Amino acid sequence: MPDSSQPTTPQPAASAAASATGLTVTAWSPGEDVIEVQRTPAPGAARGTWRTFRETVRGLMTTFGRFRETPVTVQYPEEKTPVYPRFRGRHKLHRFEDSDGVGSGLEKCVGCSLCAAACPADCIRVVAAENTPENRVSAGERYAAVYEINLSRCIFCGYCEIACPFDAITMGHDYEMSDYDRSDLIFTKEMLLAEPLERTPLRNEGE
Amino acid sequence: MTTPLAVVGYYEPWWIQIIKAIVIFAVGLQLVPVVLLAERKLLGRFQSRYGPNRVGPYGALQPLADILKLLTKEQFRPSTSIGFLFAVAPIISILTAVAAFAIIPFGNVQHIFGTRVGLYGIDVSIGPLYVFAFGGVAFYGIMLGGWSSGSKYSFLGAMRGAAQLISYEVSQGLALVGVIFTAQTLSLTGIVEAQKGMWYIVPQFFGFLIFLTASFAETNRAPFDLTEADAELVGGYNTEYGGGRFASYYFAEYLNVLVVSGIVTTVFLGGWLLPFGIHPPGWVDPIIVLFKMSLITFLFIWVRATLPRLRYDQLMSFGWKVLLPLATLNALVTAILVVATH
Repeated sequence: MPDSSQPTTPQPAASAAASATGLTVTAWSPGEDVIEVQRTPAPGAARGTWRTFRETVRGLMTTFGRFRETPVTVQYPEEKTPVYPRFRGRHKLHRFEDSDGVGSGLEKCVGCSLCAAACPADCIRVVAAENTPENRVSAGERYAAVYEINLSRCIFCGYCEIACPFDAITMGHDYEMSDYDRSDLIFTKEMLLAEPLERTPLRNEGE
Repeated sequence: MTTPLAVVGYYEPWWIQIIKAIVIFAVGLQLVPVVLLAERKLLGRFQSRYGPNRVGPYGALQPLADILKLLTKEQFRPSTSIGFLFAVAPIISILTAVAAFAIIPFGNVQHIFGTRVGLYGIDVSIGPLYVFAFGGVAFYGIMLGGWSSGSKYSFLGAMRGAAQLISYEVSQGLALVGVIFTAQTLSLTGIVEAQKGMWYIVPQFFGFLIFLTASFAETNRAPFDLTEADAELVGGYNTEYGGGRFASYYFAEYLNVLVVSGIVTTVFLGGWLLPFGIHPPGWVDPIIVLFKMSLITFLFIWVRATLPRLRYDQLMSFGWKVLLPLATLNALVTAILVVATH
């Protein structure tokens, strides 16, 4: 009986019931959104076997198509997925460069501890000290005598670089920071100032 | 006078038999790691990834690393297990697989060192029956392993294995009956010789398909790997096995794949025969057989990469309601045709 097997379109019966109470509640009618799935009748033994066989062969051809493709695996330690320019990796501390014109070689960090205040993970420790004419480390009045970031606690949110008034700390692109010891994950000022190993490829524009 | 159980086609001198046993052991069993690696590499390629490629060149030493890892592991067994059976079950599995490997013919009788040597373990007059006999015993390896583990997952896996092997062995046997009718012999070398005109894959195409499908079930491979069914049974009958014993099961599984490939090659793909009447020198025969076996093994891996596992009731209804009637029909039609044409 083909008539009974046809799916019937749902009728908006609820709207009639709602108008009786005086409220204008219109039930959502699926209308155009209904997709009718045309089902073939359940096959008999012979046709079912043939259909199974056919579909099996189709599946085999699909996997064979994959077999002929080049694998998409990135061979990680040798090749790396390039990161986006705004990727937030390991922090970097900066010095004034020659191109900045003034105070070349001096640290940008003035030890204000705003980064430590902004840090939600409380992983930055700054101990400031006064610059003296004999020992001038930064461009401001004070400098960071101790600057430590505990990378085992850092959540790489980037609030420190937003908080920093002198762009002294920025997030780099380095994400290979695993270590065997937790104490090795506390990065000191010297480590953060040092030029990081160029281990992470940068993604080009539109790549 | 007692009737012999089976007639052996041709006896070599005893020392040839020993050398043959060693050669089959040395060459034949080295195929298992190759299949193991091929499976992992091919499965990778079917899924658009590289398989193992870290150990050795192109990952070629991966099976060696796997086996070394397994063999250096601690032998343990659950406190609920039955010790003796637990230890014996993997041995039964591997023994039957190796025994079945003995009758796969890799070539015709050759003249080597002045003696006639058949390039097979033994040529018996009950070839397919021998395979089925050892296939039947192999079921004890799974059954006892699952039973003696004292674990519900192992037990369920073994129970499934028992039902599955019994169901599909019938169809497997019946699928071969058509070939035996046509070839008029039960000797595997005889069956190959009978395919001189045309390989049996052409006249017995349905038999080939039925045999292949039943063989997937017999070797407990996808889509019929319900005995192992990792998702629902943890690991099936070998859940509680580790180390060398697990390696034995693993080894037996892949050896069974090789045995089935060998049987399909011999029975349906003309063994060492080449089409179009090409007659290569005798030493090429094993290479031809190995090539055809590798094609069937590729098909096994291909199917594993494609088809999802059947549900248990689907497995049973497919075995008894589809495969068995088809196999019976195939045997019946072949019998009628053979009688009509003789």
